[in-house]
Amino acid sequence: MRALRAYLRSPAAILGSLVVLAVLGMALLAPVLYPNDPLGLAGRPLQWPGANPRFPLGTDPSGRDIAAQLFHGARISLLIGLVATGIATAVGIAIGALAGFYGGWADTVLMRATEAFQTLPNFLLLLVLVAVFGSTLTTVTVAVGVVSWPPVARLTRAEFLTLRTRDFVQAGRLQGLSDAHLILREVLPNALPPVIVYASVVMAVAILLESALAFLQLSDPNVPSWGNLIGLGRNVLRTEWYVSAIPGAAILLTILGVSLVGQGLNDALNPRLASGR
Amino acid sequence: MRVFRLAFGRLLASLPTLVLILVGMFLLLQLAPGDTVDALLAQMGGGDAQLAEDLRRFYGLDLGIAARLGQYLGRLVTLDLGFSAIYGKPVATVIVERLPATLLLMVSALSFAFFAGLLLGVVAARRVNRWPDTLISTLGLIFYATPSFWFGLMAIVVFSVYLQWLPAGGFSEVGMGYTGLTAVLDTARHLVLPTLTLGLIFLAIYLRIMRASMLEVLSLDFVRTARAKGLTETRVVARHVLRNAMLPMVTLIGLQAGTMLGGSVVVESVFALPGLGRLAYESVVQRDLNTLLGIVFVSAILVIVINFLVDLLYARLDPRIEA
Repeated sequence: MRALRAYLRSPAAILGSLVVLAVLGMALLAPVLYPNDPLGLAGRPLQWPGANPRFPLGTDPSGRDIAAQLFHGARISLLIGLVATGIATAVGIAIGALAGFYGGWADTVLMRATEAFQTLPNFLLLLVLVAVFGSTLTTVTVAVGVVSWPPVARLTRAEFLTLRTRDFVQAGRLQGLSDAHLILREVLPNALPPVIVYASVVMAVAILLESALAFLQLSDPNVPSWGNLIGLGRNVLRTEWYVSAIPGAAILLTILGVSLVGQGLNDALNPRLASGR
Repeated sequence: MRVFRLAFGRLLASLPTLVLILVGMFLLLQLAPGDTVDALLAQMGGGDAQLAEDLRRFYGLDLGIAARLGQYLGRLVTLDLGFSAIYGKPVATVIVERLPATLLLMVSALSFAFFAGLLLGVVAARRVNRWPDTLISTLGLIFYATPSFWFGLMAIVVFSVYLQWLPAGGFSEVGMGYTGLTAVLDTARHLVLPTLTLGLIFLAIYLRIMRASMLEVLSLDFVRTARAKGLTETRVVARHVLRNAMLPMVTLIGLQAGTMLGGSVVVESVFALPGLGRLAYESVVQRDLNTLLGIVFVSAILVIVINFLVDLLYARLDPRIEA
């Protein structure tokens, strides 16, 4: 409750929440406002925004409605962002918790693996994963999750390392609680706040990674993704730059919203580390 | 000397990581549908099963996975990365040709992000919670949220198409035959937009870290002492605060070396730069798995070397590490 009040006191956090809610609204309203296939032919190609009242944001080089793609693209971006973040956070917490709680050789092995993942440029690994497993919506989402977990694992491990020697954990050990109980019920809830805050960063990066992949035309070509549209607009950039400009602005606003929410959460959950000061 | 031993220790410790990456990647790429021979045959316009078999034997693709992994790792020790069937050259040659553009891009983007971030962070911290701080922090948030490839495209629209100040892509003007200083200036002109594009997100991160770290250090006792000695504020910041406040930024360079290399894939594609990142993209599209594996190897080494340099730099900035 105190955290919620602190969160609502920050104008930046409220602005961020509004932006995220707006994107969510776009995603939810997409099938209502644009019930037709957003990738279907809608009209004459490359009409400028405002030139035709039927297409407020114009049409792309294939004659598809940009506004429809923007609304449906919000679904894809949010879906990929949320699911990939879920995967990355779950994997990261599991590995970080085990490494931090048990220490010793488990820690060494798990951290070596984490280090290996961090040494490899994550976008390069993403390219390799897509090259190997193909680029359907599912594989791309999982691949983005798979390349994003190492920082979460490091953060969780650091939290577990400081928490596992605390008195309340020692007391739990003396009571004969199982390791699983100690990890899940005692340590994890205390380690969670910074991880939740960091999840907003993971989500922002996940959305950026997918859009970059789609921009290179290596993501699923059969879904209306913002990155895809930017990539298509690249061929007509010199004259019809709006095709790339509009979906890019949507990505920018979404990431901005997610970052502001994350910052607001950080200030609310860790008041001592408030970034504003 | 102790610093060198420490840094070399960490360099040695990263060897198992490198082997782990290579083995993992090699096994992963075995799962890829279609191999180099398939891609090659497609390029040649098809061929019969006998030809495919001969080619596979020629490239050593007919052996078992374990045998090929052993062979590959064995050859790596002599820096032999195999042969790229697509480019018709040894992979090492292809990579060495592409490396300079990427290194140049990374160094210039990193320098831009580091020094601009440093400057903006210091200005924001010295005017904390007043309008310069608000402006800089807001800009930082926006830069952080900007997809680099989109920024690159928009920069091309503004600076190349409308204003016609800067070239839209490429590494140098083709066919002009520039030499000496003109060639350097020409390449520099071509690198302005890619540098800004790649550096933007790192600029955002650095300025945020620098601001926070400046505020932290400014509240420490030795700063109060320096002020009490009667030093001017500029001198306090330049001589006492900056060096300490830079440490987290230096750490970040090492941590983000990989991210920056990944970012160069996209940036090099936007600006048609003949670099490693573009090579990675091309080898994915062309299924040139040997080259892809070679790029992974070189990138990992690059990240490890950057971290080694960061360790050395860190020790120079913070003499306590040496003690």
